[in-house]
Amino acid sequence: MSERKPVIEVRGLRFRYADGTMALDGVDFRLYAGETVALFGRNGSGKTTFVHHLNGLLRGEGEVTVCGLPVKKENLPTVRRKIGLVFQDSDEQLFMPTVLEDVAFGPLNLGFGAAEAIEVARAALREVGLESLANKAPYHLSAGEKKRVALAGILAMQPEILVLDEPTTFLDPPSQSQLASLLRSLPQAKLIVTHDANFALALATRAVFFEKGKIVAEGSVEEIVERFQWIPRTLREREFTTHQAE
Amino acid sequence: MHIPDGFLSTPVWLGLDVVSLPAVGYVARRARRELEETRIPLLGVMGAFVFAAQMINFPVGAGTSGHLVGSALLAITLGPGAAAVVMTAILGIQAFVFQDGGVLALGANVFNMAFAGVLAGYLPYHFWGPRRLAFIAGGALSVLAGAALAIVELLVSGVPVPRPALLVSSGIFAVTALLEGLITAAVLEGIEKLNPGFIRKPEKTRPRALAVVGLTAVLLAAVGVLFASAYPDGLESLAESIGIADRARTLFATPLMDYEAQFFGSPWMQKAAAGLAGLALIYGVCLMIGRYVRRQRRA
Amino acid sequence: MHHVVIERWSRGSSVLHSRDARIKLLVTLGYLIALATTPGLTLARAALYAVPIAAGIQLGRLPAGALLARAAVVLPFSATFALFSVIAGDTARAVSLVVKSYLSAAAVLVLVGTTPLPKLLRGMELLGAPRMLTLVVQFLFRYLFVISEHAQHMRLAALCRGSGGARLRFRAAAGAVAVLFARSFGRAEGIHRAMLARGFSGETPALPMVIDAVDVLFLIVGLAAALALRVIPL
Ligand SMILES: Nc1ncnc2c1ncn2[C@@H]1O[C@H](COP(=O)(O)OP(=O)(O)OP(=O)(O)O)[C@@H](O)[C@H]1O
Ligand SMILES: [Mg+2]
Repeated sequence: MSERKPVIEVRGLRFRYADGTMALDGVDFRLYAGETVALFGRNGSGKTTFVHHLNGLLRGEGEVTVCGLPVKKENLPTVRRKIGLVFQDSDEQLFMPTVLEDVAFGPLNLGFGAAEAIEVARAALREVGLESLANKAPYHLSAGEKKRVALAGILAMQPEILVLDEPTTFLDPPSQSQLASLLRSLPQAKLIVTHDANFALALATRAVFFEKGKIVAEGSVEEIVERFQWIPRTLREREFTTHQAE
Repeated sequence: MHIPDGFLSTPVWLGLDVVSLPAVGYVARRARRELEETRIPLLGVMGAFVFAAQMINFPVGAGTSGHLVGSALLAITLGPGAAAVVMTAILGIQAFVFQDGGVLALGANVFNMAFAGVLAGYLPYHFWGPRRLAFIAGGALSVLAGAALAIVELLVSGVPVPRPALLVSSGIFAVTALLEGLITAAVLEGIEKLNPGFIRKPEKTRPRALAVVGLTAVLLAAVGVLFASAYPDGLESLAESIGIADRARTLFATPLMDYEAQFFGSPWMQKAAAGLAGLALIYGVCLMIGRYVRRQRRA
Repeated sequence: MHHVVIERWSRGSSVLHSRDARIKLLVTLGYLIALATTPGLTLARAALYAVPIAAGIQLGRLPAGALLARAAVVLPFSATFALFSVIAGDTARAVSLVVKSYLSAAAVLVLVGTTPLPKLLRGMELLGAPRMLTLVVQFLFRYLFVISEHAQHMRLAALCRGSGGARLRFRAAAGAVAVLFARSFGRAEGIHRAMLARGFSGETPALPMVIDAVDVLFLIVGLAAALALRVIPL
């Protein structure tokens, strides 16, 4: 695997928000073609900030390269075409008046004709199993449906790399397994930010752990989950004992 | 106060449509060029914010409460051009979706609230900088200017408003205006606390043009109100004696009169043609002014 | 929230729903102008002006009761001024104010009840409205729901802390609005990022609209009807 060229390469990435928060503090990371990496980390550890650097939505110090292209102003259109980013907050991603128009937004920006864009959008909606919602307004969807429409909006652009920021929040268990099998069937390299160890175990080939804006551990999903006790069951047990103690 | 359709006399609504709608187009195009493209979602979301903020009540004692109107707040945080665009969007949604304000009267409402209200809200801040008194004055002036203009428009249109009603509503406006000032200042201070440095010193570009337009609108409003409350009957008789409404009607009809007569015999066909021509005329004038302004800017 | 009702109507299907938005806009404007410019509106002519509203409700399969009730939101305002007119001895004007404002509101409701807002905006754009403005309106409408929900929460939060005096509660409300402002601002930034992430570069080509023969016929009949209402001698 290490002989292959990485599709994403990040070196010494640092970023500070305008209010002074040091959100990324020297991140080194590689994603190779065909692999699926799970990105774990506590709330506020900088995961979302990190993935927003991959397609240049945020720009910090350090190097980010996508498919050999450095992420800088003149490469942004290409980079954004290669990376499909599903946002943590679907309400930010779904801004068009109807579901179909929203999914067609990306293809239209890529220069597809109207008819073609609609067709691609329908196909993507079919893939996430929501074709019947094509004419609904996004704000009338349930949270889980919003997530899936957001994913369809990305799939419609046929990106080479998929980056998903907490794709399982709000999904019920059947939709989670549907999403897992859909993602497994897609050939692209994937980076999945998640708090869900089981979802990661089912999908990812590798995991990295974020802490205070840095990757502090890297290994198989099992190793990382074990090492950081990233399984909800233990959390529940702990909560239970503290409750009892009170 | 949003004026519904059916209240303003034809020259008033027509005149204000012809002034306001191309002006909004001009401001929107300029805002689009001057601001980064980030601003389009921002302006829309801030419009939604103003709507939503009106759900939050501000207690003023005696069991009553008020809420934010927003033009001064928008003008100070987004700048007057962007604020005018947002206010226009809000008024448009109110007219079409909520039946709050008329569609033909949209030009009048935009003039009162998106232009005069925003400018009046902005000017104190522009001259005195970011300080509490400027915020309070801005909030108060924005409400006063909008309300005063609306009343003047109604009076000029010949809608009778008895003197006591005028006095009572002036009192209500004064209270609302003061409240808007206090709310605007309190909210701006809250924003500044959350994001220190967010409210910057006003940019000192094009101060003269802004000041002239703004002062004219405010003066117009003030004079109108003074005049109206001092001589309520005077204003009505003024409108009557000038006969604005009738004159405009003949103005529109005359150039077509002879022409029509040769083609259509019956009198109602003449009127029909005149009406149609009027419709086309408004539209044509709006488009032409828009085009002209665009070309001016490009050149 | 009640704007949802209109939206549901607008997503129905009928002859009126399938007309081009531009055509419906022009016909509605024709009607509004005819109504607004009618001098000395008599009750007989008012009845005549009610006919297209009834026809619109019928053709658009709109719920008559609900629509007419919604149009009544203008009445408190109109009634106040109508009262002033009556006091001033001008009953004719009183009738005209009430009838004109009410029928105008009803006409606009028929328009927005049969035209989804995005199409209406697109229509305005094709008739010359600046795209910047229609986009802002579109975003406003889209996020009205989301931000209102935030506001609802902030309002409750302000109420919960509102046991103090009016002064304190005033401060709490101002704080809530300030937080709402900051959140809206942050939200807008997120939206903009999401647009960029999907290749937005300032201008997305809009889907085209086509006018068919029925539309043209509708326009002619509609405008002719508006003119007829204005000028038919009674
Ligand atoms: N716009 C912003 N301005 C200032 N600070 C920010 C901003 N966005 C995020 N932060 C801060 O940066 C840090 C990293 O935030 P980020 O959203 O990347 O975390 P995350 O790992 O995605 O968390 P979560 O699991 O909750 O989604 C946090 O401390 C957060 O408070
Ligand atoms: Mg996150």
